[in-house]
Amino acid sequence: MAVQVYKGGTKYETFSYLPVMTADQVRRQIAYCISQGWNPSVEHAEKGALATQNYWFMWKLPFFGEQSVDAVLAELDACHREFPDQLVRFVAYDNYAQSQGMNFVVYR
Amino acid sequence: MAVKSYQAGVKEYRQTYWMPEYTPLDTDILACFKITPQAGVDREEVAAAVAAESSTGTWTTVWTDLLTDMDYYKGRAYRIEDVPGDDTCFYAFVAYPIDLFEEGSVVNVFTSLVGNVFGFKALRALRLEDIRFPIAYVKTCGGPPMGIQVERDILNKYGRPLLGCTIKPKLGLSAKNYGRAVYEVLRGGLDFSKDDENINSQPFMRWRQRFDFVQEATLKAEAETGERKGHYLNVTAATPEEMYKRAEHAKDIGAPIIMHDYITGGFCANTGLANWCRDNGMLLHIHRAMHAVIDRNPHHGIHFRVLAKILRLSGGDHLHSGTVVGKLEGDRAPTLGFVDLMRESFIPEDRSRGVFFDQDWGSMPGVLPVASGGIHVWHMPALVNIFGDDSVLQFGGGTLGHPWGNAAGACANRVALEACVQARNEGRELEKEGKEILTAAATHSPELRIAMETWKEIKFEFDTVDKLDIANK
Repeated sequence: MAVQVYKGGTKYETFSYLPVMTADQVRRQIAYCISQGWNPSVEHAEKGALATQNYWFMWKLPFFGEQSVDAVLAELDACHREFPDQLVRFVAYDNYAQSQGMNFVVYR
Repeated sequence: MAVKSYQAGVKEYRQTYWMPEYTPLDTDILACFKITPQAGVDREEVAAAVAAESSTGTWTTVWTDLLTDMDYYKGRAYRIEDVPGDDTCFYAFVAYPIDLFEEGSVVNVFTSLVGNVFGFKALRALRLEDIRFPIAYVKTCGGPPMGIQVERDILNKYGRPLLGCTIKPKLGLSAKNYGRAVYEVLRGGLDFSKDDENINSQPFMRWRQRFDFVQEATLKAEAETGERKGHYLNVTAATPEEMYKRAEHAKDIGAPIIMHDYITGGFCANTGLANWCRDNGMLLHIHRAMHAVIDRNPHHGIHFRVLAKILRLSGGDHLHSGTVVGKLEGDRAPTLGFVDLMRESFIPEDRSRGVFFDQDWGSMPGVLPVASGGIHVWHMPALVNIFGDDSVLQFGGGTLGHPWGNAAGACANRVALEACVQARNEGRELEKEGKEILTAAATHSPELRIAMETWKEIKFEFDTVDKLDIANK
């Protein structure tokens, strides 16, 4: 069997080893996070920023109590339109665990 | 209080230590023993004997008993139950007053509860099934140096299990070659790599060179991927002094996590090292070599759920806890029982999972269960389903054995993991649809496709030796 060389590169933690998600796939992840009782949030950073940089710019405040997946998608979209050349990530705050339940880059 | 007079001689244990009317206090340490008595010894007497020999009693009356308030200090056997499906033994429940034990010392708890009593002649066999630690005692223990939430924040890992790999061959590599293997798995997509438990500081690879090469590998992989990485540097050593020396060096070179073998290394060493980790901002990975000597026999020894509780009190951020599906012993329901005991805040009694008592940990941080041993990509859907996000999944051979090498093996596992998490979040049933999920993910990952072809046939389907008693019926 021919050995194929593994090419590395910059990754962005959770889901960054999968292909960029379709809009529908993003929608289903957000729906899952809302169903867990987590609070959606959107962050962005200049291209070249790393996932390990804990503090990206917040796009508005976290959307506490938001139950509409469409509203969250609209915010992700608005952030992307405002900063088309930047990375945009979706964060879900789990206030019970005092941590993040989910964090993945949507526009990379 | 009634005045007592001294009468020398041997009394039946039951006169003092069998108290079926006793209601345990919230502050009592409670224990459930599975007792297999010698023929002809009755249940109450042998249960009372276990309570006596694990607390204040000895075989005969001594006059100095009367110098203290024995009714306050004695252990009390307060309940007896049948073991479902096994007439040779029974459960005895014993309550111990909290003042019998030194604060924050799992060493002291074990010296009493699993000390001399296990060699007692009236017993054929004895097994400690569970301990209820009162919150008052939990509060005297340090517990995990960081805990699950802090570890996630430090390492920036959210919404998925963490992924690791033990470097193989377990013995014999030079430090520089070993560092190469570490670099390859970390750059390929793993969060962690791990020293094998046998790796301490042997002639073929002394610890200091291993630490230095491994740290270079870790930093390079971090720089390349932009993700946080770690390698569990095993600081288990012959003496505490040597252990701390190695831990200090790991800190000096910037390693985020070290590792200890808490049973062979000892509970005293482990508790000290956990305190050191808390003081120095280091994560602590715990291996459990020797546990199967103690916990595998269903009639004698200590159940692993007790060893897991002891570790949570003594301190550790990760603990190996079986895979259910891999090459090592472990049934599903009891494994889920002690996994909950490791990471949840309150765990209610649930006999169907082998949990004999309510256990309240209060604010003590949780320990991440580590599933490791004979697992590969095909196990991923089941593992994600069984262990959930708060776990570390470790593929040793299942990473390094990839036909294209370590980095490709690591990438295959990472793709499989993320595909499973994605599918689970979309509401799909992982254990039913595992094959379709992995197959779809492999269409965009040649590394995963080759891994799936390589390990298709390997299964470990042997019967479990230590089953839940309830399942034996």
